[in-house]
Amino acid sequence: MFYNINIMLFIVTIIFYFAGALLYISFFLSRKESIFSIARYIIILSFIFHTATLLARYIESGYLPLTSLFEAILFFTWLIIFLFILVEKRYQLSVLGVFIIPLTFLSLSYALILPKDISPLNPILKSAWLGIHVTLILLGNAAFAIAFGLGIMYLLQERQLKSRKQGLFYYRLPSLEILDDLGYKALSFGFPFLTLGIITGSIWAKYAWGSYWNWDPKLVWSLITWLIYAALLHGRLTVGWRGRKAAFISIIGFLCMVFTFVGVNFLLKTEHLF
Amino acid sequence: MSIIVVGLNYRNTPIEIREKLYFSEKNLPEPLDALGNVYGIKERIILSTCNRVEIYAKGGDISQSFEKIKKFLSDHHSFPLKDLEKHLYCYSDKEAICHLFRVASGLDAMVVGEPQVLGQVKSAYAIAKGCNASGFVLGNFFEKAFSVAKKIRSNTGIGSSAVCVSYAAVELAKKIFEDLDDKSVMLIGAGEMSEQAARYLVSSGTKLVFVTNRTFSRAKRLAEELNGEAVHFEFFPKHLILSDIIICSTGAPHYIIKKEQVQDVLNQRRNKPMFFIDISVPRNIDPEVNKLSNVYLYDIDDLKNVVDANIREREKEAEKAEEMIVNEIKSFLGWLESLESKPTILTLKQKAEEIRQQELKEAYSKLGKISEKEKKILDSLTQALVNKVLHNPIVSLKKRGVSDNGEEYIKVTRKLFKLDDE
Repeated sequence: MFYNINIMLFIVTIIFYFAGALLYISFFLSRKESIFSIARYIIILSFIFHTATLLARYIESGYLPLTSLFEAILFFTWLIIFLFILVEKRYQLSVLGVFIIPLTFLSLSYALILPKDISPLNPILKSAWLGIHVTLILLGNAAFAIAFGLGIMYLLQERQLKSRKQGLFYYRLPSLEILDDLGYKALSFGFPFLTLGIITGSIWAKYAWGSYWNWDPKLVWSLITWLIYAALLHGRLTVGWRGRKAAFISIIGFLCMVFTFVGVNFLLKTEHLF
Repeated sequence: MSIIVVGLNYRNTPIEIREKLYFSEKNLPEPLDALGNVYGIKERIILSTCNRVEIYAKGGDISQSFEKIKKFLSDHHSFPLKDLEKHLYCYSDKEAICHLFRVASGLDAMVVGEPQVLGQVKSAYAIAKGCNASGFVLGNFFEKAFSVAKKIRSNTGIGSSAVCVSYAAVELAKKIFEDLDDKSVMLIGAGEMSEQAARYLVSSGTKLVFVTNRTFSRAKRLAEELNGEAVHFEFFPKHLILSDIIICSTGAPHYIIKKEQVQDVLNQRRNKPMFFIDISVPRNIDPEVNKLSNVYLYDIDDLKNVVDANIREREKEAEKAEEMIVNEIKSFLGWLESLESKPTILTLKQKAEEIRQQELKEAYSKLGKISEKEKKILDSLTQALVNKVLHNPIVSLKKRGVSDNGEEYIKVTRKLFKLDDE
């Protein structure tokens, strides 16, 4: 019975995000405040259903819903929306939703085609480390997703200003400074979580498999992602990597993260479930 | 009852004629008084600006009211009626409502979205109100126009982007920098446009201003005015490091700022963005500078293009505003018509009451001696009957009063109940 409930909730969540994405885009094009207030309301509703989906799965399985790629995406997008709502409220950055909500909708649509069964848990995963390791990493990644959205916005606005052609984006996107600044804040917020996530994963591995590190492709790609973000933050602090370059690297970092997250499981052999 | 407007504006009337028909704001009460007491226009508002002269009124007979107002304009300004008529437009009802909504929201202005006109309409209304000239219907009409204008302004971008070059520069600066408070400006050379841009920047919050000029005394004078700091011309390159926005307009025939120089400055600034505005012709800043990342360079032509794009943007937004106006007109017309249903409902009630009283009287006389208690029962019985029978017609009159065919309902009601004496 719970299986059906959590799937039903999930479907409702996706439908709401779809409506939210359309509303955000039409708000972006029309710039009508009335559309924005509906869009906002819809996103809050989606978030409530999203939360309910996670809870329903938790209640049924009895452990944290972080044991399959489906569940990981579900939780990851939940974190993204959580951060998005905070950022939007704090910085009045409503246009960010135009980039983040469709991204969330697409990720969840991808999750829709993944196996959604709740299967008995592998005993090795029955550990508090699972929750800590995965939550930390996904929280870091969610912040990077926000930075990715901001990076795209930065590049679009920068293009318009540089080419001196005032078009669609010029009038609708905020200033370069705030995009750059928030992008940096998102990275500095996410980076420690990613780092801690990798460290806790490594400690867990020591307990479970006896070694801190192996050259599992998932680990290698995580390391690459980590290095990209580390280089970016370092460059920013020392020689002023900002603006276009920073936005560009942050987009690369995000793509690399997405590959680590979903791509590795398809193309390479890994011990990670996700 | 209808709303009418008689007027002329910059579109069809040259300035020489507009100025002859102009009413000065200070003396408005006098013509308002004449219009009401001599010409018999009960509710009237005069809007007179440098671009338009318009008289709004509530009219009974539309064409009669038009004639009266035209006569008034001609008499008041001693302007021959025949010559005047060529320039005048006369609108009534829907068209008149549309006209004021468009005027108030800046859609009818020379530059779309211009905000001044709303203030002028507001003060025209305030003056008429002060003279007890505006009345109930026109009063509501103007209040509605203000709320429409406000709604349009906040829901469309008709007034959002700059339509002059120096302000366009400030808007660009705000697309590069979030907060101008902690940014600094350097003004190289002098010139009306560049000084104007600097003034706008200062009023947008910029505190630190450097001014440099080949003639130091001029730099000093301008710096004082802008509350800034004068810099000797030969030292200005050193100050580039501290400057986020550089406005350049000198008479120099060559580039005074070059790419390598800016690259150097950028390195020292750790790539903090720089915005160069080159208003000078011939240009003073090497166009190659724009190729550096985190540097944005706009020359005078670029700024003009921004202004053109802004005007197009405003026009696009104006289309949205026009759509909104169509809906607002509908809702206001609905309000006007519901005014008409009120007297209908009142006469309907009166008529029913008359019939009831008459029938009661007859009944009492037929019954002969009855107690007060019985009388009361009869009274409340008839009252209840009338109320119940009339309840639905009245409710639907009120409701239909604001629908598309409200007027028809009112007409039918009047016929069915024979409310109009024949």
